[in-house]
Amino acid sequence: MAHFKKKAKAKQDVPTSSMPDIIFMLLIFFMVTTVLREVELQVRVQLTSATNIEKIEQKRLVSYVYIGPRVLGANRYGDTSVQIDDDLVEDYRVIRRLMYDKLREQPKLIVSIRVDRESEMGVVSDVKQELREAGTLRINYSTRRDPI
Amino acid sequence: MLLKKKKTKGEAEVPSSSLADIAFLLLIFFLVVTTIDVDTGIGLVLPPLSDEPPPPIRERNMLKILVNNQGLILVNESPSALRDVKDLVISFVDNNGEDEELSESPQMAIVSIKTDRDTPYDIYIDMLDEVMGAYRELRDAESRVRGFRSYEQYRTYVDERGLEDEIRDLYPQKISEAEPDPGV
Repeated sequence: MAHFKKKAKAKQDVPTSSMPDIIFMLLIFFMVTTVLREVELQVRVQLTSATNIEKIEQKRLVSYVYIGPRVLGANRYGDTSVQIDDDLVEDYRVIRRLMYDKLREQPKLIVSIRVDRESEMGVVSDVKQELREAGTLRINYSTRRDPI
Repeated sequence: MLLKKKKTKGEAEVPSSSLADIAFLLLIFFLVVTTIDVDTGIGLVLPPLSDEPPPPIRERNMLKILVNNQGLILVNESPSALRDVKDLVISFVDNNGEDEELSESPQMAIVSIKTDRDTPYDIYIDMLDEVMGAYRELRDAESRVRGFRSYEQYRTYVDERGLEDEIRDLYPQKISEAEPDPGV
């Protein structure tokens, strides 16, 4: 019996005094890292609004294409340009390759096309044609919800 | 001296055992909040590229919508206002062979959208919104017949049970987007 008592006396607690600090570290880590990496836009994208829209719930499936007038500085805008990720696309045929690579990584890829409201259909359909070439057929015209 | 000793003995610590819990709550809060922002938009599926010519479609099964560079809308060659597009699409799709001019069945109905190269994008979206609205109205009506509040509710019901989405098969959204005419 004496033997057993001795064992029970030995403290086996994990020290928890530093737990809050560890959690706070985690908290700060998440606060810093989960800030959505907004792409630095080089084109102006003022979305249009629509009523009959759907939500994209799986954000990881989405890849963005931005179309709009190029921002030249203080309230001046250039020609309509296409931006993918962080770069402007000069030659539309590049889209084909870019999107094909993305599709290989993510077979369920949805291409969200964010177009400025003052754009014209010509560029949009050129991009759409490239997307067809790439095989990324699921697209989404990004719009805001109409205030009812 | 005796009194003094007693005072120092009484420890005045702030209870810190719940600090971890508070931090956890904050952590969970941030984890949840940062994913709330959802993208919304009009979803479409583009037709795949193929060398074969498209299968022949009977004239009556195709509703041709044309948006020109002025933003004017032609539905089957007759000018229409934007707010009429929805009703036109509904009567076209849900015709079920009644009218000789309109579609034979919702499954065969195809809405063909054509634009010019310099058609304003926002008018195109407004028009697409109306077409989507027409399909949504038809699907909602069918969902109500089956005892659901809306198509959305039916969809979640179907998804949860892994059933076939019959309403989508009944009213498939067949939207064909032709290449834009090269502007003059």
